[in-house]
Amino acid sequence: MRTKNTIIFSLISTFFLIFLISIWKILATLQGLSINSFNIEILFAFGFLISLAHLGLNDKIKQIYKSIVFSLIFVLFDGYLIQKLPLWYNIGVFLISYFFTTKISKYNFTILKEEHSTQVILFDFLTLFGILFFSFVILFPFYMMLVTSFKTQIALLVNPLDFSINFGQDLKELFKSYFVIFESYKFGKYILTSTIVSVGTVIITLLFAIPAAYAVARLNFFGKTFLSTSILIIYMFPAIVLVIPLYTIFSQLGLRNSIEGLLIVYTATTLPVAIYMLQGYFKSIPKELEEAAILDKLSWFGIITKIIIPLSIPAISSVALYVFMIAWNEFLFSLMFLDNPNSFTLSRAIQYLSGDAETPRQYLMAGSVVVTLPVLFIFVYFEKYLVSGLTAGSVKG
Amino acid sequence: MNDTLANTEKKTAYILTLPAVLLVFAIILFPIFANVWISFKEVELKDIRIPEPRAKKIIKSISDEPSKIKILYKLRNSSLLQEIRKVSFKDNFPKNFKIENLDPRCDYKKSSLKCEFGNWPAKYKENFQVIFSTNDGSKIDKKTLKSVKPKLDGKSDNILLNTNFTLKNFKKVLFENEFVDLLLTTFYYTFFGTVGSIVFGILTAQMVNQKFYGRTFMRSVLLFPYVAPVVALAYTWELLLDPNSGTLNSLLLNYQIIETPINLLGQKYIEISILGFDFKLRLALTTVIMFEIWRYFPLAFLFILARLQAVPKELYEAADVDGASPFQKFFKITLPQITAVISILFMIRFIWNFNKFEDVFLLTGGASGTRTLPINVYQQGFAISDIGMGSAVSIVIVVLLLMFMFFYFRLLGKRVDEN
Repeated sequence: MRTKNTIIFSLISTFFLIFLISIWKILATLQGLSINSFNIEILFAFGFLISLAHLGLNDKIKQIYKSIVFSLIFVLFDGYLIQKLPLWYNIGVFLISYFFTTKISKYNFTILKEEHSTQVILFDFLTLFGILFFSFVILFPFYMMLVTSFKTQIALLVNPLDFSINFGQDLKELFKSYFVIFESYKFGKYILTSTIVSVGTVIITLLFAIPAAYAVARLNFFGKTFLSTSILIIYMFPAIVLVIPLYTIFSQLGLRNSIEGLLIVYTATTLPVAIYMLQGYFKSIPKELEEAAILDKLSWFGIITKIIIPLSIPAISSVALYVFMIAWNEFLFSLMFLDNPNSFTLSRAIQYLSGDAETPRQYLMAGSVVVTLPVLFIFVYFEKYLVSGLTAGSVKG
Repeated sequence: MNDTLANTEKKTAYILTLPAVLLVFAIILFPIFANVWISFKEVELKDIRIPEPRAKKIIKSISDEPSKIKILYKLRNSSLLQEIRKVSFKDNFPKNFKIENLDPRCDYKKSSLKCEFGNWPAKYKENFQVIFSTNDGSKIDKKTLKSVKPKLDGKSDNILLNTNFTLKNFKKVLFENEFVDLLLTTFYYTFFGTVGSIVFGILTAQMVNQKFYGRTFMRSVLLFPYVAPVVALAYTWELLLDPNSGTLNSLLLNYQIIETPINLLGQKYIEISILGFDFKLRLALTTVIMFEIWRYFPLAFLFILARLQAVPKELYEAADVDGASPFQKFFKITLPQITAVISILFMIRFIWNFNKFEDVFLLTGGASGTRTLPINVYQQGFAISDIGMGSAVSIVIVVLLLMFMFFYFRLLGKRVDEN
């Protein structure tokens, strides 16, 4: 039992170490270092030995010395396998192996003897592995987007793996792609259009949704249940089904290539979510407040503006942020309705840019950074509101 | 008294909901009916434009006679297919203008020229010329003349409004359009995308539900793919996966894992042999599904995490006392607690993946075996410009979705009954 558990522990922890080192090597390769092999077999044997040695030494040496010694040995070994690498790479390897040795420090033979210990170890390492794996898988494309936008076409042709940024160069050179997309591709104008469309959608949606949500939440009228269930059904309805009829109708009315047309469609598609999210919140406001207002002879307009809106600022702002994000990210309708570059939104403009095979990739990525940054900024900054809203209303996607 | 109160309440409610209801009706419900209507018609993209009578005004001065001017109107029917009936024409001139040659179809009164041109067949063209002179012999300013635009009007049939219906579109969709292949591709895309995103959602939710340093940060990071714009993400992935100089292929080549670059988004099949069995994997479709999972597992993650946080801690404590292993706890406690959320998620994601257009369109444009039904709507409607066909495909999508929902709810209902 003990031997089996020891072997399983060493195997799992070694896999974890190799995973960490491999990610570090990939990132180092992308900084232009020439690393041609992971040396998995050798590192595996070595990591296995470290894990075993850790168990064997147990408490005979103080933990911190043990970690430092193991890490140093590992760095020397790795440095011997791949030579002529800069110092920062080796420091990284040292930190990773130090992190690893401290992570395994809580395991010893007594724990390994316990019931389910293999499962506990597996679970622990899977969680650690999962955190790193998902962070890497998710952040890597964003990282590449950002880094590519600072490179030049020639540099990428010379070495497609060198994404190191030269901060020593002139700022104008560094941000060249951004200057180009704003100067020659009119991105300033597209940002303006996107902002007008998104903010406009937010305002109109709220204007329409607040009264409707209030009525659904508070008033009794014929067709109320029908209305509140159809909100959800409409919300599930596929946008691709609306595209062709809306295209024909908008062409005949001359609404294509116009901001008004987009505003109408975006408002209509975001209204159901907005009403659904708002009415849920309005229901949680105590009724007594309104009853007092009715005694004061306030009209419904007064009730909404003087009581409901001030009390539901958090809900309204989270709906507003959502609608903004949906409108800002929207692509399908802007693809269908806009074919004149003068009325493009940011998303449509980037798609149009990519249609030209001559467009250098760093411009495309600079455009992508420009369209992504505001959304991510809003999301990270207002995360608390948005996450609770997301589970309540769930944004369409 | 109570009655009137209830009545005012009703009235208020209708006033408050009316704007939203009207807008949603006009933009969402009406188009759905319009879609059914169009799907039974033979309409092409070029038929949508309503035929218009048009006139281009060209002003020519006559040499030696500065007080006279020749105006040429190039008249035409904008449509190549349809006639325009009862074309009327109107243009205004300065007060001191006198007409020299009045066309019999026209009338000149109060310094405005009105004409009735009758019917114009398709492709109709005419050069219509009038000569004016001034009463007082003063010089004519060409610029002011040019700034006034003639007004034309006419009646034409709107192909969308007539009542000629045909079943041709549906016959084509179901029998000529590689329908089975389309359906299978859509099904693979939807099903594996949905299942994958739910599986990753469970894994990540289980992970984040434990305590570790940087947990809130991790939660925001996990949602990044879901909130960032599709366009940016799709192009970033395209660059990563590009066979010529994409980062992934360059890395794999650098580490000598592969010898020739793999075109992950442009190759329909790849031969794989596992344990001596050779089989073909639909490579581009798989890549697109991976992107799909990557982008949408955050939604599943969020829903499942919210549910996990509501699971009472006592359950796990009791299991610990009984000496349950971590896997037993996961399968016996966690999974049963989240089945309800998973079944809702499965339905939502299935419906939305079934209709997903942007992701596939941006990554492959529907090439190399990734043509799903929504992509086909676009291709039929706008690439082949057969609006009627596009409509018919989207009606098929709606019918399939309704069928799915019907069976899914029946299945769910049965399982609820059994429990």
